[in-house]
Amino acid sequence: MKKNMTRSLRLWVQNTLPMENLLPDSMPSYVDSYVYLFGILTVAALVWLIITGTVLAIFGPEWWHVSPVGHFFNSMHFWSVQAFFFFMVLHLWAQFMMAAWRGGRHWTWIGGWLLFLVSIVAGLTGYLSQNNFDSQWIGVQGKDAINSTGIGGFFNILNFGQMYGLHIFVLPMVIIVLLAIHLMLVRMHGVVEPLPNGKEEVDNGEKVAEQ
Amino acid sequence: MARKWRNNNADFPQKPYDLIREMLVALGIMGALVLVLAAVFSTPDVPALTAQQVARQDPKLLLQNALDDLSGQDAISTYGPPYNNSGTAQSIAGFSPAQIAGVQIPINSAKVNVLDPLNKVAKIDTSLQSPLQTWSKATVKQRSAWVNHIESALNHATLQHGVLVVPAASPDSYGPLPTMLNAYLGLARSGLLESAIDGGSGPMPATNRTESLLLLQDVPDAQYANQLDMSGNQWGIIKETGNYPGAVWLWFYTLLYQIPPFVNSSSADLEVVLTTGIVTILLVLTPFIPGLRSLPKVFGIYKLIWRRWYRTTTKKGRGHA
Ligand code: HEM
Repeated sequence: MKKNMTRSLRLWVQNTLPMENLLPDSMPSYVDSYVYLFGILTVAALVWLIITGTVLAIFGPEWWHVSPVGHFFNSMHFWSVQAFFFFMVLHLWAQFMMAAWRGGRHWTWIGGWLLFLVSIVAGLTGYLSQNNFDSQWIGVQGKDAINSTGIGGFFNILNFGQMYGLHIFVLPMVIIVLLAIHLMLVRMHGVVEPLPNGKEEVDNGEKVAEQ
Repeated sequence: MARKWRNNNADFPQKPYDLIREMLVALGIMGALVLVLAAVFSTPDVPALTAQQVARQDPKLLLQNALDDLSGQDAISTYGPPYNNSGTAQSIAGFSPAQIAGVQIPINSAKVNVLDPLNKVAKIDTSLQSPLQTWSKATVKQRSAWVNHIESALNHATLQHGVLVVPAASPDSYGPLPTMLNAYLGLARSGLLESAIDGGSGPMPATNRTESLLLLQDVPDAQYANQLDMSGNQWGIIKETGNYPGAVWLWFYTLLYQIPPFVNSSSADLEVVLTTGIVTILLVLTPFIPGLRSLPKVFGIYKLIWRRWYRTTTKKGRGHA
C-alpha cells in the first residue's frame, strides 16, 4: 500500500504526544518547588510583552514619545522585558541546577538556549527601535562589536527600519515558534525526574549524568 | 511505526495539577507586576542628541567635528570595513571576519557629513557655490593647510550673533573655510543637517539613518553619554539613561571588556565576541560535556529543590529494607 503521509503524521503525533501527555491533569509528586514556576512566569511575561508591543506597534514609533498613554505602554513593555529576562535567567539556572537535560531532554536544553539567544537579539533590536538617546548611544557603541564580526554590513544596527522590522515581526515570530517546540518537547518527555539523592539506596553516582 | 514514546512520568506517584489554571494565574500576577512597575518607575526617554543641540550648546565642537571630517581625522575615516578600507579591521592572529566581509556601507565622512549637505544649501544660497568650488579645486595639501590654520585659530575664535569670527590672519590662510563653516553651523542650527546627510543616499532616508548617526558618534555622543553616566567604563550598554536597568543579561559580555587581556586590546570587540561565543557554545552543549554536566551534582542545589521528595522516598526506602 502506498504510504499515506497524513496518516503517518497522525500516528506519529498520537504516539509521541498523546493528549493526556500534552494536557495532563496530574504531575509526578516530585514537581513540588517554586523553581517549576520560573518557566511559566517567563511565558506570562512574554504574553505581556506581545500584548504591550502590539499596542505600541499599532500606534507607530512616534506615539510613545509624545503621548502619556503611549509612554505608559512603553513603560509596561520595558518592565515586561525586564521580567521576561529575569525569570528566563532564573529558569535557565534552575534547569542547570537540576541537570534537566537528562533522559534525552538535551533538545529541550539546546532549544532553551536558542530562545535565550534569539531573545537577546530581540532585546537589542528593541533598544535600537526606541528613537531616543538610548538607541542612539547603543547603536553607535554596539556597531563596533557587530562590525568586528563582519556581519555589520548586513545586520546594520544603525538602520532603524531594519531593526524595527526585525523587532516587531521577525524575531517575535521566531521566539513563538521556538517556544512552541520547547513546550512540546517538555510535554513529550515529561518533567525530568529528580537526581538520585545521596541518601538513597540505589545511587548510580556518576552514571546519572550520562543517562 | 516508531516504538512507543517513553515518558515515564506516569511511573511516579501523582498529584493533581492544573496547568491551564497555573498559566492564567501567572498571567494575572505578571500583568499586575508589570502594571505596578510601569506606574511606579516609568521609563527613561532622553531625546536623541541632535546636531542642532550641539550647534546651540557647543558650536565649536560641531565645527571641530566638521573639520575632522574634512581632513579625514575623524574616527570613521580610519575605521576600516564595513565603511572603508583606510583603517585596520580587528583581527585575531591574522583572522579578520570584517576584512573578509569587506566594505558593505561605503562612507566618506568629508563628502557625506559636510560637503554633500553644503552643496544642497548652495542650491538655495548661491553665494556658497564659489567657496565650495574653491575647496573642491584645491589640492589635498592646500586643504589640510587651511584646516590646520583654522583649527589652531578655533580656540580664539568667537561667536558673534551666531556667526563664527576667527582671528584675522594673513589673507587666504583659512581659504573658503570660514564661509563653509558658517553655512554648516547655520544648517545645523536649523535642524536640517541630519536630513541633509541621510537624504543623500538610499530611497528611504527617514528609516535608515546610518550616515547621520555616524556624524556625532565619536566625541559629541561620548560627551553627552558621559554626562548621563552611560559610557562604556561605567558599564554603559547594560544600563539605560538615569540608572535604569538595561540589558543586564549581557553582564558576562560587558564584563570581559573591563578585564585583561581584552581591556587593552585593539581587537577587543572581536576577542570579546568570540570568547562569549565559545562560552555560550560550551553551555549549550553542556549535556554532552563530561565534567561540566556533573557540576549540578557538585553544587547540590538540587537537594534543596527536591528536598520534600527525597524526604518521602528515603523514608519509603528504609521501610522496604
Ligand atoms: C523564552 C524563554 C523560555 C520559556 C518561556 C520557557 C518555558 C518553559 C516552561 C513553561 C517549561 C516547563 C515548566 C518549567 O520547568 O518551568 C520549560 C522547561 C524547560 N526549559 Fe524552558 N523556557 C525558556 C527558556 C529556556 C532556557 C533559556 C533554558 C535553558 C537553557 C530552558 C531549558 C528548559 C528545560 C531543560 C526544561 C525541561 C525541564 C524539565 O523537564 O523539568 N528553557 N521551559
